[in-house]
Amino acid sequence: MAIMSFIFVFFFFSSLQPILSLYEDQVGLMDWHQQYIGKVKQAVFHTHKTGRKRVVASTEQNIIATLDLRSGEIFWRHVLGPNDVVDGIDIALGKYVITLSSGGSILRAWNLPDGQMVWESSLHGPKHSKSLLLTTNLIIEKDNSLIVFSNGRLNAVSCIDGEVLWKKDFEEESLEVQQVIQPPGSDFIYVVGFAASSQFEMYKINAKNGELLKHESTAFSGRFSGEVSLVSSETVVALDSTGSILLTISFHNGKISSQQTPVSNLLEDSPGLAIIIHSSVTGIFAIKTDAATIFIRVIGEGKLEVVEKTNHETVVSDALSISEGQQAFALVQHAGRNIHLTVKPAHDWDSSLLKESIKMDQQRGFVHKVFINNYIRTDRSHGFRALIVMEDHSLLLLQQGAIVWSREDGLASIIDVTTSELPVEKAGVSVAKVELNLFEWLKGHVLKLKGTLMLATPEDIAAIQYMRLKSSEKSKMTRDHNGFRKLLIALTRAGKLFALHTGDGRIVWSHLLQSLHKSESCRQPIGLNLHQWQVPHHHALDENPSVLVVGRCGPSSDALGVLSLVDSYTGKEFSSLRLVHSVAQVIPLPYTDSTEQRLHLLIDADKLAHLYPKTPEAIDIFQSEFSNVYWYSIDDDNGIIKGYALKTKCSGNVADEFCFDSRELWSIVLPSESEKIITTATRNLNEAVHTQAKLIADQDVMYKYISSNLLFVATVAPKASGEIGSVTPEESWLVVYLIDTVTGRVLHRMTHHGSQGPVQAVLSENWVVYHYFNLRAHRYEMSVIEIYDQSRADNKDVWKLVVGNHNLTSPVSSYSRAEVITKSQSYFFTHSLKAITVTLTVKGITSKQLLIGTIGDQVLALDKRFLDPRRSVNPTQAEREEGIIPLTDSLPIIPQSYITHSLRVEGLQSIITVAAKLESTTLVFAHGLDLFFTHYAPSRTYDSLTEDFSYALLLITIVALVAAIFVTWILSQRKELQDRWR
Amino acid sequence: MAAVTPLLLLLLLSSAPSFSSGSRNAYNINGRVKIPQGLVDFAGLGTKGYALPGRMSNVKVLLNGGQNITFLRPDGYFSFHNIPAGTHLIEVSAIGYFFSPVRVDVSARNPGKVQAALTENRKGLSELVLEPLREEQYYEIREPFSIMSLLKSPMGLMVGFMLAVAFLMPKLVENMDPEEMRRAQEEMRSQGVPSLSSLLPGGTRN
Repeated sequence: MAIMSFIFVFFFFSSLQPILSLYEDQVGLMDWHQQYIGKVKQAVFHTHKTGRKRVVASTEQNIIATLDLRSGEIFWRHVLGPNDVVDGIDIALGKYVITLSSGGSILRAWNLPDGQMVWESSLHGPKHSKSLLLTTNLIIEKDNSLIVFSNGRLNAVSCIDGEVLWKKDFEEESLEVQQVIQPPGSDFIYVVGFAASSQFEMYKINAKNGELLKHESTAFSGRFSGEVSLVSSETVVALDSTGSILLTISFHNGKISSQQTPVSNLLEDSPGLAIIIHSSVTGIFAIKTDAATIFIRVIGEGKLEVVEKTNHETVVSDALSISEGQQAFALVQHAGRNIHLTVKPAHDWDSSLLKESIKMDQQRGFVHKVFINNYIRTDRSHGFRALIVMEDHSLLLLQQGAIVWSREDGLASIIDVTTSELPVEKAGVSVAKVELNLFEWLKGHVLKLKGTLMLATPEDIAAIQYMRLKSSEKSKMTRDHNGFRKLLIALTRAGKLFALHTGDGRIVWSHLLQSLHKSESCRQPIGLNLHQWQVPHHHALDENPSVLVVGRCGPSSDALGVLSLVDSYTGKEFSSLRLVHSVAQVIPLPYTDSTEQRLHLLIDADKLAHLYPKTPEAIDIFQSEFSNVYWYSIDDDNGIIKGYALKTKCSGNVADEFCFDSRELWSIVLPSESEKIITTATRNLNEAVHTQAKLIADQDVMYKYISSNLLFVATVAPKASGEIGSVTPEESWLVVYLIDTVTGRVLHRMTHHGSQGPVQAVLSENWVVYHYFNLRAHRYEMSVIEIYDQSRADNKDVWKLVVGNHNLTSPVSSYSRAEVITKSQSYFFTHSLKAITVTLTVKGITSKQLLIGTIGDQVLALDKRFLDPRRSVNPTQAEREEGIIPLTDSLPIIPQSYITHSLRVEGLQSIITVAAKLESTTLVFAHGLDLFFTHYAPSRTYDSLTEDFSYALLLITIVALVAAIFVTWILSQRKELQDRWR
Repeated sequence: MAAVTPLLLLLLLSSAPSFSSGSRNAYNINGRVKIPQGLVDFAGLGTKGYALPGRMSNVKVLLNGGQNITFLRPDGYFSFHNIPAGTHLIEVSAIGYFFSPVRVDVSARNPGKVQAALTENRKGLSELVLEPLREEQYYEIREPFSIMSLLKSPMGLMVGFMLAVAFLMPKLVENMDPEEMRRAQEEMRSQGVPSLSSLLPGGTRN
């Protein structure tokens, strides 16, 4: 008996070590990581040297990155702050990348090969203005210099160390500087701009010391508008504010002469309002009207001539000087399924250096930007490569009439994600490309065994690693038994839908949504969210699942809505409709019709509810549940939370039987002078709760208050809604509420004095965890509130249960005013948070862990047991056995429980958890600029063998045991025989 | 990391109002992140190339929860420009290292004075030099193969227990006094199945 108990104790201790983390060689087995840079705003090529050819790009997501020109891979990348918008980039001295950002106030230099920041300088000026970056080959005091115009000041900055060599202020209040020009080979700079919108100003500045050489100005009867286009180093073209007169202004030798040409003189038909397209091609500029893009040539002395009028979407690149005094530029035009890339010399419109037609995927939309670069072919002629940015934010490199590489950078701006099941594997159809035979299977396991016994050679280890990573099992296109293989459907800001395979992260299909495409009736379409429209199982298995994409035509909440239905197996948009009402809220109802289409209620800005799908069957189902539908709205600006129920059919002039009027049930008005709503959280609708009761140490039971209508609201003092450190602890507080959204009852209210936002919160089962900043301690804090149902507490009396005098079978209803008690506790937490969520398993049996997206863009798993309000400094023996951890003032950060291990999910925005079919496992998808996916088992995979389980070892053990049995049997027989002979 | 002269270190905490800036109450915060030389090579990231070693170019310094982000110069220096007076929080994000957030007070009355303290252990800093509190090891280390680990595994324990039963038990029985053995056997026979009374505490005979 003693041996047995000893063994049990031994087992217990050996299993106690919480190894939830990875070994280094397990990286990439279940996780994948993809890096993106976002929509490219500006690109500069670096191809002069014999080394690796690169392109430096800045993007709308404030990223500065260098890409390999051969493959499109990222060499290095830096994500600047949210307010640090990149104004301009360039390469200086052939080794530094220069970036001007933050409205022209921060100038940085990065080392081109490895991305190390070399210097940073802060530029200030007297007033806000346009920011312009100009790299010159001017040498001032032996240093190569940059000319930067920002905040109304012209600076010359040394390339070597970022030191400001000289500065010159342009303080005149109304001056708007448009261009800073350095004529090639000269040592002076022109600064041109408009003063008071009607006066053209020209300053000539000595580039060596910033001395003002000349200042000229000329008045114009009308007003200038917008951009100017530089047609030579001493001539600019501008448009007046009516968009009908073109002004050609030349300031040769400091003398300003201008010429006015009405646009109507150049074109027979009236073109309407025109705007100048920014480009830098010598002698040619382009204007864009509603109908066409018009290219105009300047022929000396301000004479203009139309060279071409195109009606297609046309994009022009900046000029590229290809040889001494010769410039070229690229034009990209659409023609059906193809795009035409034309490279022309600047001086001769009619000839072209390159003409290519490239077949382009329709799902990429129009070309938005083009950047060109040249190279010398072996026959000494010029070859060109073009980098194009498409409507879906993807980046492509074109060379010799083909797409060399493409990057799906639309995935850097995901708005919403949902999942879809894969098709069921049909009998007789083998989906895996390579089915392993028995011998190979055994060989693989023997290799694995060698690996575990540390007998493997380095080649063997490489073979094992390859075998594990390339397992065809995980990237099959069919449903698996464990529910690990799914499609992640992501909606991006560009209005494109992507389906990613969870096995390896590849794009299964992508579709540019027609409903979110810019059109006459819908000028600024934006995607809002995704919902599962049809999830077929049981009787509608032949149907493909589909997702609902909800969008609206404009940023305001009363813009008209658009809907799309997309087949999640093929990506085909089988239905797309423009709504006649706005979309303020989408409520997926828990009812489905006979084809498993889920009923959705769309609430518009006038609080009318619209039912979708618009079928008679849907209305029948809905009528029977009519009185059970409640929803709420949150008005952040006024601090009002309101609850609604359905009333009658719409009383509008149009008889629409799918439209319902609502009535207000309750409202909570928060005092706007002391409280401002900053965060709300609700329970995940898919969450399963396994048990209502919680057994606590002294054989006592507590009943969890579990309601799907629970809403968490956090408010702060209006003064404290700004950044950290802007208020004193005395004038700052944080109030949290738990509200039942059916009755509007406030279940719990708690105030944290001296605390402020930002607040991140997650609500699950009967608890809520939130993260905020404590100003007194000057640390971040996390608090937990658990809510228990006291009215069920009597049920623990056994006699009542025997007699049947209990209320356990009575349904949980929001109408019954349950007596609730709450428990709460707070802890310090080291990091700022970007996102927080909780693991989700299919039946809710597995214990929960919090997934925390930290400021360092890592995802940390934290056991919920650390956030248990029943923790105390000295837990009793019974409590210890129950698993209560002694109370500490701060939450531990265990490096091994970073589920992103040594990776960063740059620009982390949100973490999504999806339950696999295997109870122990959650699928975790984190997205921001990067994408990261992994499987996570909060209590280890207790219901399946681990991936590195050695079948070979098991087999060998069994064989050895059988052999031992035989040997001992024979031995014992022999011994018996000998005994009898004796 | 380049060697830094002591003179430079003395200048670290200077926070001058940003020169000729438009607003009067904007200051600069200058500091330095120092990663001990010895740590850089084995930053817990291994040598297999899954991640770059903890290089200075991948370190970010964040002010007030990411409101401002800045990067390190090759010598580890960083600066935030145009920061209003008040209390701020600086965090360092570096893969492989754990940094404590730092509370920084920029005084408005006494321009140029910056006070800093680590929030994790409330230690005041005389100069704004941030050093990692510890390294972070993101992976479990595989134990090298040993007989002990095999024996400790559930299967090994099972085999060990069975071996013990198979070989030791007969030995125990053998070594028993034959008299005692007989008595024990008799007792067992007389008892038959163990009765309830014998299991109850205090109810044991003899």
